[in-house]
Amino acid sequence: MAETSRNLEHLIDREYTAGFVTDVEQEIFPPGLSEDIVRRISAKKEEPAFMLEWRLEAYRHWLTMREPRWAHVNYSPVDYQSISYFSQPKQDKDRPKSLDEVDPKLLETYEKLGIPLREQEMLAGVAVDAVFDSVSIATTYREKLAELGIIFCSFSEAVREHPELVRKYLGTVVPPGDNFFASLNSAVFSDGSFVYVPPGVRCPMELSTYFRINAANTGQFERTLIIADEGAYVSYLEGCTAPMRDENQLHAAVVELVALDNAQIKYSTVQNWYPGDENGRGGIYNFVTKRGLCRGVNSHISWTQVETGSAITWKYPSVVLQGDNSVGEFYSVALTNNYQQADTGTKMIHVGRNTRSTIISKGISAGHGQNAYRGLVKVLAGAEGARNYTECDSLLFGDRCGAHTFPYIEVKNRTAQVEHEATTSRISDDQLFYCMQRGLSREDAISMIVNGFCKQVFKKLPMEFAVEAQKLLDISLEGAVG
Amino acid sequence: MSVPGQAAGAKTLRIRNLRAAVGDKRILNGIDLEIRPGEVHAIMGPNGSGKSTLAQVLAGRDLYGITADEFSYGGRDLLAMAPEERAREGIFLAFQYPVEIPGVSTVTLLKESLNAVRRHRGEAELDAMDFLTLVKRKLALVDMREEFLYRSVNESFSGGEKKRNEILQMAVLEPRLAILDETDSGLDIDALKLLADGVAKLRGPERSFIVITHYQRLLEYIVPDYVHILAAGQIVKSGGRELALEIEHQGYAWLEREPGAAGRPLAAG
Repeated sequence: MAETSRNLEHLIDREYTAGFVTDVEQEIFPPGLSEDIVRRISAKKEEPAFMLEWRLEAYRHWLTMREPRWAHVNYSPVDYQSISYFSQPKQDKDRPKSLDEVDPKLLETYEKLGIPLREQEMLAGVAVDAVFDSVSIATTYREKLAELGIIFCSFSEAVREHPELVRKYLGTVVPPGDNFFASLNSAVFSDGSFVYVPPGVRCPMELSTYFRINAANTGQFERTLIIADEGAYVSYLEGCTAPMRDENQLHAAVVELVALDNAQIKYSTVQNWYPGDENGRGGIYNFVTKRGLCRGVNSHISWTQVETGSAITWKYPSVVLQGDNSVGEFYSVALTNNYQQADTGTKMIHVGRNTRSTIISKGISAGHGQNAYRGLVKVLAGAEGARNYTECDSLLFGDRCGAHTFPYIEVKNRTAQVEHEATTSRISDDQLFYCMQRGLSREDAISMIVNGFCKQVFKKLPMEFAVEAQKLLDISLEGAVG
Repeated sequence: MSVPGQAAGAKTLRIRNLRAAVGDKRILNGIDLEIRPGEVHAIMGPNGSGKSTLAQVLAGRDLYGITADEFSYGGRDLLAMAPEERAREGIFLAFQYPVEIPGVSTVTLLKESLNAVRRHRGEAELDAMDFLTLVKRKLALVDMREEFLYRSVNESFSGGEKKRNEILQMAVLEPRLAILDETDSGLDIDALKLLADGVAKLRGPERSFIVITHYQRLLEYIVPDYVHILAAGQIVKSGGRELALEIEHQGYAWLEREPGAAGRPLAAG
């Protein structure tokens, strides 16, 4: 026990000396974006010169760009000058003192998901020292990982401790000028995760943001970079099934994955940001750029996502298949209820020979929800023997929602094989009556049918994540069918 | 007719003056029927006479406006019971047109159903092993292979396979009142025998059956205690097994020719 508490003290101590949570007293920048703000963010984070230059270049580029309008979503314009681009974690005095002060609806959801009390407090942002628990867990993990040479830390920490790796890979998959939101992120990103798995190492556990120190308050402009060196393997879990409290309406994250020869990266996401109320008020705008680069031969990247939150989702986790024989996969469940809108899908860019990609997309629309699949399969001239299989299914509840499919296929090589299948179905009263006649309640029947519909995707999630994702869908669909 | 034993849980279905309509269209026009535990009733009648509607109304389909002087099962008002509650109380409908449920395996539906019924009865849910043992035994009964269990419910099943799936579900759930809605249509003679065997194995003093059929052929295998003829939403004639043979020889046309027949429904039993 004494040992543990000494370790803990040591940790807390180290955290402070590392400059993480120092100077929390006042820092929140005034709203607005300018070169000066970008400089101040970089200074605040004590970044090396190259990082500042990188941010400034991105910012200057961003100024020349216009917000994309092609997505099948509708929202009032974002005023980028009214946002504050840097804020320190909330202070205790501004947080709820206990769960009694937290929105009962949120607590009800936690209850249904079976989240332990301590974690509920953490998620709801209650001012308790629950964070110490996660620090100690995280540290145990990190020590074990360090023995294998695996680096798993916050992005800011990586910039300070491993600048050579950051410099080598940052922006190699999503360049700072890639798109409007990616450029904005590159200029002002707050923090995020960094993972490096050295050659030949198989990461022995699922890496999860949940166990990352200082994960709090990085949601708005998160930046993640994951590198699997030759022959390495890593599985990464992002997000949390519990609805996270967040004050920021605009989220513009960037995730970059790099897989070298014979390396494999599995990236799983459960996204459940606040979707707005049942009338469509409030809710997060989630404009994310996620891309993986299969740089080496036989490399393999798979994205698995379960998207149930956010008012607006604009997200296309993609894979550039550069190495010969590389494999890209995208498995997605996107659910929109009430007034949620999602425009999501993927891009598979076949560059190398004998590259293969699989796309399985399951869209569920209920209420007034609008759900669009948008996917690009591109086979370049040199991609001899490329193959793609796309399956795109939509499930509708009621007659006020919508499902849309926008597949783009560009093939420049005659040896390519590209398959696209799409179905749209509605949960019918006949199906529900059939199940109810066998003794199932209406809710259980819906849950069974929806989970059946999503099975191909859930199978790709780590076990516990899959179970939580199922529960999450049930909760998200509550009241969807009268 | 022998008086059936009153086994525990045995229930009687009582229907008096049951009427059902969709909008202005009247489909059932005053059905009277009583089915006691252990009895097998056959309901025959021409197309459009209301046979399937009667089955759907019994199971709780909410498409119809319904009135009745009495519509009860085991003394409980059926109109106050949701479809799943009726199912858990032991009412089973083998559908004429079983619906496809993509992505949901047959074994999943069976397990969810059986456990819902068991929970309702206050019995423990079966674990995966016990459940599989049970289902495999029942599979043999309907002469189906195990891989059948792992296919999506009725998806790309042949007509015969869909009907076998209904029989399998009946065998697993062991209902107290089973309604077979033209389960025999589209079945070859072997499948017909399987269906009859399935019913024979379940037949007992506590269970009753409503066998809806167009043809007398099925009744050679499932011998009914009573036969009712349904026409224009009313039971126009009731009798014993011999009534079915009469239909076989004469068809249904005579019903319309016989004056008063349609206007004077006979009470069953």
